[in-house]
Amino acid sequence: MDEPKRYGRGLFLATVAGGLSSLVWGKTVWSGLSSAVPSVPFVPSGWRIYTVAATMPVFDPATWRLEVGGLVEQPLTLDHRALLALPRTEEVRDFHCVTGWSVPNVRWAGVRLADLLDRVRPAASAHAVRFTSAEIPYVDYLTLDQARRSDVLLAYELDGAPLPRPHGAPLRLVMPEMYGYKSVKWVARVDLVRQPEDGYWELRGYDRDAWIQ
Amino acid sequence: MSYVVRFTRTERALHWVNAAFFLHLAATGLILYVPRLSEAVGRRPLLKNLHFWGGIGWICALALVALLGDTRRLVRTARELEVLRDDRFDVAQKVNAIVQASFVVLFAVSGVLLWLGERDTSFRFASTVLLHDGLMYVALFLFVGHLYLAVLNPATRHALRGMTLGTVEEEWARRRHPEWEAPPGSGGNSATASTNAIRT
Repeated sequence: MDEPKRYGRGLFLATVAGGLSSLVWGKTVWSGLSSAVPSVPFVPSGWRIYTVAATMPVFDPATWRLEVGGLVEQPLTLDHRALLALPRTEEVRDFHCVTGWSVPNVRWAGVRLADLLDRVRPAASAHAVRFTSAEIPYVDYLTLDQARRSDVLLAYELDGAPLPRPHGAPLRLVMPEMYGYKSVKWVARVDLVRQPEDGYWELRGYDRDAWIQ
Repeated sequence: MSYVVRFTRTERALHWVNAAFFLHLAATGLILYVPRLSEAVGRRPLLKNLHFWGGIGWICALALVALLGDTRRLVRTARELEVLRDDRFDVAQKVNAIVQASFVVLFAVSGVLLWLGERDTSFRFASTVLLHDGLMYVALFLFVGHLYLAVLNPATRHALRGMTLGTVEEEWARRRHPEWEAPPGSGGNSATASTNAIRT
């Protein structure tokens, strides 16, 4: 009797090899395909929700406050109504997560961070801005120059609707030129500080400057 | 009614250990993946730990069963699966088993890369999460099909008995798997006897 052909071993190795090689070509192919695939309810269509704490912070409009302080001449506390009364601005930008997924043409609306910084008047010794999330212990920093870019927002709207809870309700940072982990969700405090330090993910190996190439 | 042995104790142990970890990983993974579930359940760090250690446990448990059980028998089973012809299994069953086995490797590699990538950026690749998610979709599809054939479909669901008790009806085996020759000695008689013992 002939030695039987072990095609099964080939199938196993081919599947493993194909899967591993997709680490190289997967993203390119998926970017081409994803526009053709219809979005399905309940399944992530672009966005993935990443959190670091046990529960997402709960937003209560009555008690919510944004504190802007640190090395400033004019510290500021805003309640939700006062936040929405500030001049509103929009940015339509692609959102890129460092883990590989992206969402094209996200429409953000909120307050230009540079305007808010002008209002509190940073001291001469301040060279960085610290963003403290209500999601403890998430924190991250931008240099003052980065924070003053005209496309950096504190956003309270996403695609025409109030910022949903998983996206950081009611207020998140949007730094469109950097990977998403720099765009702190559930921003509760903004402090001017002397120098940038390592934020939550930077303590875990990520770069402080997360420019999207 | 006479019975033949289809699965040995080691084969069954391997199957059910694999099934238990698969379900644990699918459940915790879907909570991490589907936004509505993530929001409803919260506790993401805990779930990430459960998922990660579930994955480590999966590989270890499979290895443990293979080493502590009848290893030679499993090697024979693997050789049987490699030859894509109808015998104890039909070709589709073999393809399913082989693809799911290769997915164990791919799930493990991409999962460990995701875990490392969160700690050291040099392990981070743009496509890792796509691979892990893609495997999940295909694996769940295969799993649902497998569940249907093993539990619901009248023509095939008798096979569940083989995977729980080890034996199947000889008449069913002859009809569903005519090319399968139950090895002499380990086949009909002893199985029938042990099944009768359980029955009485």
